Amino acid sequence: MTITRRQVFALGAGVAAVALTGLPRVTFAEEDKVQAAIDAFSGGATPETANVSLTAPEIAENGNTVPISFAVDSPMSDDDHITEVTLLAAGNPSPDVATFHFTPMSGAAEATTRMRLAKTQDVIALAKTSTGKVYMDRKTVKVTIGGCGG
Amino acid sequence: MISRREFLMAAVATSAMVGGSGFGKWSRLAAQQALREDDILGFQPLGNVTLVHLTDIHAQLMPVYFREPSINLGVGEVKGLPPHVSGADFLKLYDIQPGSPAAYALTSQDFDALSQTYGRMGGIDRIATVLKSIRADRDANTLFLDGGDTWQGSYTSLKTGGADMIEVMNALRPDAMTGHWEFTYGSDRVEEIVADLPFAFLGGNIRDTEWDEPVFKAYKMFERGGVKIGVVGQAFPYTPVANPRWMFPNWSFGIREEDVQANVDAARADGAEVIVMLSHNGFDVDRKLASRVSGIDVILMGHTHDALPEPVKVGKTLLIASGSNGKFLSRLDLDVREGEVKDFRFKLIPIFSDVIAPDAETTALVEKVRAPYADELGRELATTESLLYRRGNFNGTFDDLICDALIDQRDAEIAMSPGFRWGTTVPSGQAITVEDLHNATSMTYPQAYRSEMSGALIKEILEDVADNLFNADPYYQQGGDMVRVGGMAYSINPTAGIGSRISDMTFLKDGSPIDPDRNYVVAGWASVNEGTEGPAIWDVVEGHLKERGTVKLEGNRAVKVVGM
Repeated sequence: MTITRRQVFALGAGVAAVALTGLPRVTFAEEDKVQAAIDAFSGGATPETANVSLTAPEIAENGNTVPISFAVDSPMSDDDHITEVTLLAAGNPSPDVATFHFTPMSGAAEATTRMRLAKTQDVIALAKTSTGKVYMDRKTVKVTIGGCGG
Repeated sequence: MISRREFLMAAVATSAMVGGSGFGKWSRLAAQQALREDDILGFQPLGNVTLVHLTDIHAQLMPVYFREPSINLGVGEVKGLPPHVSGADFLKLYDIQPGSPAAYALTSQDFDALSQTYGRMGGIDRIATVLKSIRADRDANTLFLDGGDTWQGSYTSLKTGGADMIEVMNALRPDAMTGHWEFTYGSDRVEEIVADLPFAFLGGNIRDTEWDEPVFKAYKMFERGGVKIGVVGQAFPYTPVANPRWMFPNWSFGIREEDVQANVDAARADGAEVIVMLSHNGFDVDRKLASRVSGIDVILMGHTHDALPEPVKVGKTLLIASGSNGKFLSRLDLDVREGEVKDFRFKLIPIFSDVIAPDAETTALVEKVRAPYADELGRELATTESLLYRRGNFNGTFDDLICDALIDQRDAEIAMSPGFRWGTTVPSGQAITVEDLHNATSMTYPQAYRSEMSGALIKEILEDVADNLFNADPYYQQGGDMVRVGGMAYSINPTAGIGSRISDMTFLKDGSPIDPDRNYVVAGWASVNEGTEGPAIWDVVEGHLKERGTVKLEGNRAVKVVGM
């Protein structure tokens, strides 16, 4: 039997369906794609790293379904509220994961979802306010072969 | 080797450690080369609360030899700080005389020779003696806490599904425990055991994957010496990554720092005057956590098997490292008044099995649980002419033996063996018994696989495991040691980034560089993949030992550390 990289990573994740590609190294192409996605969301402005709190595991238990939550600090009033939040997976072939839309009626700009991460990478949450401000948070999630611990 | 400059930096950092009381006395005795039970048990009680901590015993009911690491590197901010100090540097840092009982207990220095003098350490019946002596004075003040990795690591624990350990530990009346290798018996078995456990199984960082609800209690309140104590439990965060997730598919772990803070706050709101975290995070993770989570007075640490004779202090939090395999029992007396710790006294109690008298009741219990397996446990497989040990960042001699067995018995070119921190030591000149072999291999997923891997893939595996050990951010570490390899050599730069630590990979059979495009036949064991096929690793090693009759492992020279 010949073990391929795909199988070994699956070995680690314990799920035969996961195909994890290589070790994390953010290539320029990836950074470009992510920057393009950030620019598209912010309209070119540099997002401020504040007010968004992104919760993600440091090491994914299963790269196929990684739980991610975010909460944005906002009064959520008619005058000042979060209108949308976008989640990006910086190392995935297509970084856009999901966009959540909010209104003052939402009460709070919070959500939990699961995403697939192909390899170790940063997950980014971008939030836009009704007053035109853009906030960001960023967390590294490691996707590993596993084993050997203890 | 640690440089003088780094050592001075470590010495400066010891100002952040706090002077232990019991240890000075231990050092003086060490100088006299004499140790009596009274000296080991002696402790001037302090305050109103006594915490007794036992952790990572790995199912070692009997006294054992266990050599501490000769190499235990730290990277990033913790470089050169305890516990990342070993050998002669450790002796210097804690002012321990070479050749003394303390040197034997805490380091690898002259281990083989000193084992002749000082003998085995641990033994649950000796631990019981110490525990009973503490309770005799301070029963109403004492909390006895088990940090986990209790049910796995021996022949009898595997055969009984942990029942031997549970029966003996229950007799010792712990107040709470947390876990890691416990989970490798599978979630059904763990639930069955926990349902009948006469004390709390705590793990605030375990949630079910479906509803994200807590699986175990996060904390429990106790009252001792008139003080309300909140004990917060933290299981090993990366159990589903480091061990087979398919054995507990509905449980999710993680550090969950926000939850730790919430549970600490909740225990305070319940009236806790002091917060003790019973943790299986590992030293560096707990050191970081202590700097970010507020309100924890004491962290009783586990997982990374470090034994330190003094607490390390982070802010107001005392970090206690109580070693492994039953070699030590920690006693921490606290003076808690007006909702805070005013003073403390600590002693890492060394369990010298020839000095501390066994507790007869516990001895009888241990004999009872071992009796059905006595013949098999004592069966001799071969003799070793050199010290066999595992613990350390890279290949130990017991790992080299396992790798040799995998290559020979499985007709492989390269062998891989996991860098577990458990596995006891066999001094030179002794017979290797079934018990010794199981102490190094006993687990619920022992299949020895044989497969082909490309050179590129072998490098990726080494890089991945190296990052789990040497990531500069402790929250991204898993706490095991480097995967052991046989049949190949490599260099490693722990301070480099992910993907670029490993170099000079050489195929030892012909001295050629490992070719990324060539396939190599690789044998290994303990895959976390469901359905892995092959004979149990202990059968592979037994076959090898029987063929050889005598083994001699000179110490690994195939792994080179660079850049430190």
